[in-house]
Amino acid sequence: MSFELDPSREARFQTILTRYAKSRAACIPLLALCQEQAGWISPEVVDYAARKLNLTTAEVKGVATFYTSLHQRPMAPNVVWVCRTLSCELRGAGLIQECLEELLGCKTGETSANGKFTLLKAECLAACGEAPMIQVNDQYYERLTPEALAKLIDELDRKTAPGQVAAIGGAVAPDVALSDVRLRKAGGI
Amino acid sequence: MVFTGAFGEPILTKRYGVPDSHTLAVASEYGAYDVLRQVVGKREPKSIIDEVKASNLRGRGGAGFPMGMKWGFVNPQPGQEVYLVVNADEGEPGTFKDRTLMENDPHRIVEGCILAAYALGAKRGYIYVRCELALAIERLEHAIAEAYQAGYLGRNVAGTDYAFDLHVHLGAGAYICGEETALLNSLEGFRGEPRLKPPFPAVAGLFGMPTVVNNLESMAHIPDILERGGAAWSALSRLEQDGGVRLYGVSGHVRRPGIYEGPVGLTLNEVIYELGGGLLHPDRELKAVIPGGSSTPVLRPGDIVDAPDEKHPLHRWHGKSHLDVCMGVDTAKALGTMLGTCCAIVMDSSVSMVDAARNLMRFYKHESCGQCTPCREGTGWLVDVLDRLCDGEASEKEVDLLVEIAGNMMGNTICALADGTAMPLLGMIQKFSEDFYAAAHKRPRTQLHDSWAQTLAS
Ligand SMILES: Cc1cc2nc3c(=O)[nH]c(=O)nc-3n(C[C@H](O)[C@H](O)[C@H](O)COP(=O)(O)O)c2cc1C
Ligand code: SF4
Ligand code: FES
Repeated sequence: MSFELDPSREARFQTILTRYAKSRAACIPLLALCQEQAGWISPEVVDYAARKLNLTTAEVKGVATFYTSLHQRPMAPNVVWVCRTLSCELRGAGLIQECLEELLGCKTGETSANGKFTLLKAECLAACGEAPMIQVNDQYYERLTPEALAKLIDELDRKTAPGQVAAIGGAVAPDVALSDVRLRKAGGI
Repeated sequence: MVFTGAFGEPILTKRYGVPDSHTLAVASEYGAYDVLRQVVGKREPKSIIDEVKASNLRGRGGAGFPMGMKWGFVNPQPGQEVYLVVNADEGEPGTFKDRTLMENDPHRIVEGCILAAYALGAKRGYIYVRCELALAIERLEHAIAEAYQAGYLGRNVAGTDYAFDLHVHLGAGAYICGEETALLNSLEGFRGEPRLKPPFPAVAGLFGMPTVVNNLESMAHIPDILERGGAAWSALSRLEQDGGVRLYGVSGHVRRPGIYEGPVGLTLNEVIYELGGGLLHPDRELKAVIPGGSSTPVLRPGDIVDAPDEKHPLHRWHGKSHLDVCMGVDTAKALGTMLGTCCAIVMDSSVSMVDAARNLMRFYKHESCGQCTPCREGTGWLVDVLDRLCDGEASEKEVDLLVEIAGNMMGNTICALADGTAMPLLGMIQKFSEDFYAAAHKRPRTQLHDSWAQTLAS
């Protein structure tokens, strides 16, 4: 199965290409676009990016494997990152991770049995003052409590169709701000 | 919320909290691009560099290098293009300040970048942002689009014949890409592995061209520096040779974690008790403070400055607690730590330093790029030993082993990540050896885990 960017992402890629003196600089942005579409950096994506940028597949693979946000395997439509670095840890991140494992019925690093969630451990996500926090796709959920977390996961679960393939880019964002989950909004810190 | 009242009017953060402050319409009402219109095409680029030198701005990315001096190193050869690169990779544990600027006042950043680029003669600039910060990225990109539309970016900046293009470039999740040469490699489409220095970026940076890399907050101060004048801006600080105002962060066991603005030189006690609202649990004692991101060695409230000599840089604070010293790049160094990003992590008496050390060493192990053996192997080995220590499987000898491994990591690597791993660990072992020996002797200790549960319950 070969891979190709869809027309709108292709257009975005062409704009990005114009920004750099050398086309290789568009490598990571291209991989990010591919991942937005395919959900992960599959071998087909690596081949495609290599051809597009005139690089070897080894070069592209070397880049892709360096970066935590570029997935080396398929992910569920909801990728849940739980921050476990010190500021979050001091505010209960361990408990949040335990709750997540219980709610999702899977260990960290795994995908839930219903295929809707992949749970991953994150390093500091620059939200230390809002600890404990998790990231789901591109959305941060901050100052979490176990109760708020349970509501959030329930909401996401209901909004995700079975078998839905999507990842990254907030494919499944809840449309209501859960009262006690602090969604980041305009204004103030 | 920004609490600046106790420490003067907000300057850098004055547009924070204004509804829709991230839009050009609102930001303009509050003065965005006023300085730009007065400066671009009207003032000599060199006079801007002089103003920045006079501001005594010390870089806000962690190393505290004087920004004006860095700009002075740029000397392009004929045919060379100068690049401006802004570091918004913000990945240092405990640090979350640049994000607030991007979310609340992206036009201040864009204006600062244009002014810097004009001073340096750069035609192209990139803001390298960590990809996780979706709202920050959205606002920054929107602000750049608005600035193009308004004619502040593009072929004729503010109606002059000066041309400048500015783009957002997203990272892909790697702390090491915050190191400036790793960032340049990443921007060029390579693995984010730091380069050997020299050459420094000012000589051979992005695509081999002279490049200035500055932190995003450093950039955001420029409009104010030029509006007030370098010397006047510098004088806002409580210290000399370290000018202006800055963002302070506080996280961990305080009542009001967050980002605040204040003059350079607040004390950590002011940060914890006046900005951070004091300890989260009043019944516990303050145990330790990491002053400026996880790579800066820890300080203890009980330590007293011993500087009877009048020439000692800390003499002013002789006999006072380390947490009563005005924190600046040089004073922090004299205390045996670093100012870093000026975002403090506060730990109370429920924390065992062994657990805190293990938590941070896991971070560094994950983030080491793996090029240098002392760093790649050292970080892994430190985690192994700390795991055994925390699980009650190690003896006193292994505490010494930690010291030995950390010692071998310092000064032997391409970039400062290894030093930034070893130094804070050595500081923790030196200042809290009882915690490490308690673990070695399998004495019961408060687990980080207990303190989590108590924190959430409160
Ligand atoms: C491991 C490592 C990580 C770093 N991460 C960042 C970062 O996230 N943001 C940043 O501005 N500087 C970071 N720095 C510092 C940069 O290398 C560089 O000194 C800084 O961007 C220069 O800007 P300034 O002079 O305005 O401070 C890091 C340095 C090291 C060694
Ligand atoms: S010190 Fe560590 S992070 Fe820095 S270049 Fe060497 S291996 Fe990479
Ligand atoms: S420690 Fe969790 S966001 Fe920084």
